[in-house]
Amino acid sequence: MKIMAVCGAGLGSSFMMEMNIKKVLKTLNISADVDHSDLGSVTPDAADVFVMGRDIAYSANLPENKLIIVNSIIDIKELETKISDYFNKKQ
Amino acid sequence: MFIQNLLLVVVDVLKVPSILVGLVALFGLVAQKKPFPDVIKGTVKTILGFLVLAGGATVLVGSLSPLGDIFKHAFDVQGIIPNNEAVVSIALEKYGASTTLIMAFGMVANIIVARFTRLKYIYLSGHVTFYMACMVAIILSVAGFEGVQLIYTGSLTLGLLMATFPAMAQPYMRKIIGNDQVALAHTGTIGYVLSGWIGSLVGKGSKSTEEMNMPKNLSFLRDSTISISITMMIIYLVLSISAGKDYVESQFSHGQNYLVYSFVQAITFAAGVFIILQGVRLILAEIVPAFTGFSEKLVPNARPALDCPIVYPYAPNAVLLGFIFSFIGGLVGLFFLGQLHWVLILPGVVPHFFCGATAGVFGNATGGRRGAMVGAFAHGILITFLPVALLPVLGAMGLANTTFSDTDFGVVGIILGNMARFLDKGTITMAISGVFVLMVIYNFTAKKKVVAEESEI
Repeated sequence: MKIMAVCGAGLGSSFMMEMNIKKVLKTLNISADVDHSDLGSVTPDAADVFVMGRDIAYSANLPENKLIIVNSIIDIKELETKISDYFNKKQ
Repeated sequence: MFIQNLLLVVVDVLKVPSILVGLVALFGLVAQKKPFPDVIKGTVKTILGFLVLAGGATVLVGSLSPLGDIFKHAFDVQGIIPNNEAVVSIALEKYGASTTLIMAFGMVANIIVARFTRLKYIYLSGHVTFYMACMVAIILSVAGFEGVQLIYTGSLTLGLLMATFPAMAQPYMRKIIGNDQVALAHTGTIGYVLSGWIGSLVGKGSKSTEEMNMPKNLSFLRDSTISISITMMIIYLVLSISAGKDYVESQFSHGQNYLVYSFVQAITFAAGVFIILQGVRLILAEIVPAFTGFSEKLVPNARPALDCPIVYPYAPNAVLLGFIFSFIGGLVGLFFLGQLHWVLILPGVVPHFFCGATAGVFGNATGGRRGAMVGAFAHGILITFLPVALLPVLGAMGLANTTFSDTDFGVVGIILGNMARFLDKGTITMAISGVFVLMVIYNFTAKKKVVAEESEI
């Protein structure tokens, strides 16, 4: 299982999301690889699911079932809800 | 003899930036008590990151140096494309070791400043910290600093900046985000604050940008590789046509059609930046989480300062308007530089997009759409003129065809560089230490007032 956080340059925001996702996974007791990348270099096979802000999701050419779109990239609660929803749906 | 030889080897090892940055990561991983395999993996990946970055620099310079010559031939002045990644990757060849140490100890200094002064901000944007460390290293080295004094002065300067810039932006951040929990850590702060201030002057009665209907299809420019490729294509093609077919084909492309050559070189530049970004990501992958972990433990009451895209969701239309008007500001600035026959600073899409967009959000927060437009325009002018004054203090790095793009680099660089010109090294070290000491004294002597303020809330 691999989760990829994505932002425009793949340097700051996505890295911060990666660290938050890792925190969330810990509380949810899920183990997965988490990485971060820029919008330009993500391909659908780079990860099992991609996490990004609503504002760039429009430009990501990724299949919809592989996307977790968040309204606020700093809201760890929203991240937790959406990630646990994703894993519940998968099971 | 043996010990002396050993010491020489150690000193040599410490001069190799890739190993040094690996040691910083190693230290962070061990201090966090990570399992052994993670320590090995993290250290090797960090060293790898530095070498990837150096490789990216080679690719980038291969595209950038012909462009510099073509520019001179066409317009008879130096042309600069501001791009942080580009200038840092080139500078690291010479200033790699001091950059690494200033970044590592600068993060320590940030924690100390946040712990002992009123500026309770932890600057978590590792990439811009890295670039700022690099600029401080260049300027102080050019001014003659070396050894312990270079690292001490550089780190303390960086640590103070890392706590000060988020504090400057915070009044506007409260307005944008609606709470006081997070701060902004990005190198365009002065431009954002300027835009927010201008917004409050011009924006009376102007409606928010978010009440406008804006097209969505420009958001592909957020993809930095694409936006760099497109701007470089335009710049390369315009310059090659101005310099003439014969010049380009005889000097650079070895007979290949000059337009084809320009097209490929433009995207090669983007490829270089792409590789550099991979390198930066690998370098920071272990260092930033370690820094975050320590700061949370040591200064639990500090606000985390985060990268600029955190404000974009609060005003997506202002993001777009900010970019467009900052870019127009860049073009107008370029026109004036041309009239003045100064060094030409070409508008790079990356700073105009990321910083211009943020300036737009700040302007909108205080002055609606008029604030966003005028504020971002002023930001665009500012990042066109600041690099002109920054170039002389960067020494030989000022002659590269690229430079630091964002406002904070310009302002800090110009101040630090001119301090170095008029003051001796000892005075500068004393002055910066003095600023820190004064801030600590202020914190402890004026303590009661803060307690009172906090209890009011």
